[in-house]
Amino acid sequence: MNRVANDYLIFDEKTRTYRENPEQAVRDDVEKHYWLHVGRTVLKDWRLYVMLVPMLLVFLFWRYFPMYELLGCFKVSDNVLPVSEQLFSGFSYFRRLLFSGDSLSTDFWRAMRNTFLLSFYGLCFGFPMPVILALFFNEIRSNAARSIYQVMSYLPKFMSTVVMTSLVTMLVKQGSIIGSMGIVSQALVKLGIISEEAGQSGLLNNPGFFRTIYQVSGIWEGAGYDSIVYFAAIIAISPTSYEAAQIDGANKWAQMRYVVLPCMLSTIVIMLITRIGSLLNIGYEKVLLLYNTKTYMTADVVSTLSYRTGIYGGGSTGIASAIEMMNNVVGMLLVIGANTIARKAANTSLY
Amino acid sequence: MKRKLEVSELIFRIISYTLLTVFALCCLYPFVYAVSAAMSGRHAVEYGEVVLFPKDVQFEAFSMMFGNNMFWNSYSNTLFLTLYGTLWAMGVSLLGAYALSKKRLLFRKTFNFFLVFTMWFSAGVVPQYLNYLDTQAVLRSVGIMDDKWLVVLAMGMAAMNIILLRNAFENVPSEIEEAAIVDGATEFQVLRKVYIPMSKSTIATVALFFAISRWNGYFWARQMIANSNEHPLQVFIRLKLEQYTDPEFMTGWNEIYASDSVIYALIVCSIIPILVIYPFIQKYFAKGTNAGGVKE
Repeated sequence: MNRVANDYLIFDEKTRTYRENPEQAVRDDVEKHYWLHVGRTVLKDWRLYVMLVPMLLVFLFWRYFPMYELLGCFKVSDNVLPVSEQLFSGFSYFRRLLFSGDSLSTDFWRAMRNTFLLSFYGLCFGFPMPVILALFFNEIRSNAARSIYQVMSYLPKFMSTVVMTSLVTMLVKQGSIIGSMGIVSQALVKLGIISEEAGQSGLLNNPGFFRTIYQVSGIWEGAGYDSIVYFAAIIAISPTSYEAAQIDGANKWAQMRYVVLPCMLSTIVIMLITRIGSLLNIGYEKVLLLYNTKTYMTADVVSTLSYRTGIYGGGSTGIASAIEMMNNVVGMLLVIGANTIARKAANTSLY
Repeated sequence: MKRKLEVSELIFRIISYTLLTVFALCCLYPFVYAVSAAMSGRHAVEYGEVVLFPKDVQFEAFSMMFGNNMFWNSYSNTLFLTLYGTLWAMGVSLLGAYALSKKRLLFRKTFNFFLVFTMWFSAGVVPQYLNYLDTQAVLRSVGIMDDKWLVVLAMGMAAMNIILLRNAFENVPSEIEEAAIVDGATEFQVLRKVYIPMSKSTIATVALFFAISRWNGYFWARQMIANSNEHPLQVFIRLKLEQYTDPEFMTGWNEIYASDSVIYALIVCSIIPILVIYPFIQKYFAKGTNAGGVKE
C-alpha cells in the first residue's frame, strides 16, 4: 500500500523511500499551460470540434443575437439606430408599463392576466384529458380497435396551426348574407348551449367565448397525441400487479386507484411540472390567428401585445422588448423552478 | 384461464368505449364536414343544410382551386422550404449532436448549457424580428435576394431535437466506435457508417419533427417573405381566409358553389398530402414523445 506523503511524493514500500508522483507532474503541467493543453487536445481531435461549429454559429446568430436586441428595452429606441448606439434609458419603460396606468400599461396588465388565465385553464382542463384518454385506451383489449381509435385521435395534431384555426373559424363563423352560421354554432344553438344571437354574430367575435374555444380546440388538437406518453406508462405496468390486486378482491375502481394511478404518477408529475414551467409561453401563433379586435379583452396575450406594439403597429421596439422581457424573465424563473422541483421530487431532470 | 368480468369492470369498459367513440368521431368530424362542404352546392352550404354528407355534389370549388396558379406556386414554395429546411436543420443537428455525445469533448457542459439555455429563455417576437431583418439585409448584400433562403437558414432550429439526437448517440456502445477507429475510420466516417445507421429510428423521428414544423410554419414566413410569389401554402390559406372574413369581401361570387366551399376546398387540399403519408410516418410520430427522457 502506498502511503501518500503529499500530492507530489509517494512512499514506496519496497525500497522504503519517497519518489515523485508522476501523475501530479502531469496535473501541474496541465494547470500551468492550461490553454496550451486545450489547444493541443482540440488540434488532435479537430474533426470533432469542426462538427460543432455550424450548430454553435446557428444558435449564436439566431438565438443569442436576438437576446442582445432584447436589451433595447433598457435603451431609448427610435427604430433607426442599432441597439449598441442607443442611449441608455434605465427602467423607464418598465416603470411606464407597470405603474403609469396609461393605456399601454392597462393593456399590459390585461395581457398578463389573459396569458396567465389561458395557461391556467389549460392546466385545469387540457392537462387531465390525455390522462383520461390513456386510461380509456387501456380498456380496449383488441389491438386493432385500439389502433384505429388512437390513429383517429392523433390526426388533428398533424394539421398546422393555420389549418386548425381556419377550420375553427369556419365552424363557428357568423351568419351573413353569404352563408348561415358555422355548423358547430348551429349544433350548439339547437342544443340550447348558446343563444341564437351569439351564434349569429359569430362565437369568435364574442370575448366571452374565446377562452372556451381556445381550450376546446387545444384538446381537440392535442389530447390524443399527448395521451401517447401516458399510455406508454400504463402498458409498462406488469400484468401480475393487476392479478395480485384481483386476488386481494380489488374491483375496477380499486385497481385504478391503487395500481394504475400510482404507476403513472411519476409520468404525470413530470408532465405537470413541464406544463407549469411553460405556463407563460402561450403559443402566440394560435392566439394571433384566432383573435380579432373585438376579443382583445380576453384574448390579447403578452406576445401578441408585444407584436402589435413593436411590429404590426410600427410603434417603439424598445417598449415592445420591455413587454417581452418581463414575460421572459418570469417564464424562465418558472422553468428553472419547475426543473429544480422535478429534480428534487421525481429525481428526474427535464433538461 | 378466462375470468368473468366483474360489474365494475363491465361498466368501466362500456364507458370507455362510448366516450372514446365520441372523442374519436369529434376528432374526425371537422375533416369529414370540410370535405362535404367543399363538395356541396351553393344553396346547401349557404343555408347550412350540409351536416355530414355532401348535398348537390359539385367539384367546381376544387377545380377552381386546382386551376389557381398561386395555389400551386405556394405549394411548391412549401415543398422547397420543407425539403431544404429539413436538410439544413438535420445536417447541423446531426453534426452538433454527434460532437456533444462524446464524453471527451472539452467544455461539453458549457456547450450543452449553450443549447439548453435557449429552451429556457427565448428573446421573443420583436427582438427576433429585428434580428431577422438584419439577417435579411446581410443576405441581400451578398446577393441572395430570395427570402426563402432566409427562412430556410435562420429559422426552425430546435435545441430539443438536438438533445434527442444526442441521447440516441450516447446509447450507441462506445466499443463499436473504438473498433471502427482501430480500423482507421475518421470521425466523419464513424458518424456516417456507425452512428447514423444505429440510431435510424430517432433520426427519422427528429427529421419528421423538423419537416412538420417546416410544413406548418406560418408566422415568420408571413413576416419575412415580402413577395407574394414566394409565400408558402400556410400563408396562402390564411390570406384567403382573411379575405373571406373581411365583410367587404364579395368577390369570387359564383352561381355553383358558395364562397365557404372555396375555403373548405383549400383546407382539404392542404391536408390531403399529409393524410396520404400519415399511415407511414404515424409510428415515428408516436415514438417521438416517448424518446423524451432528457437529461443534461
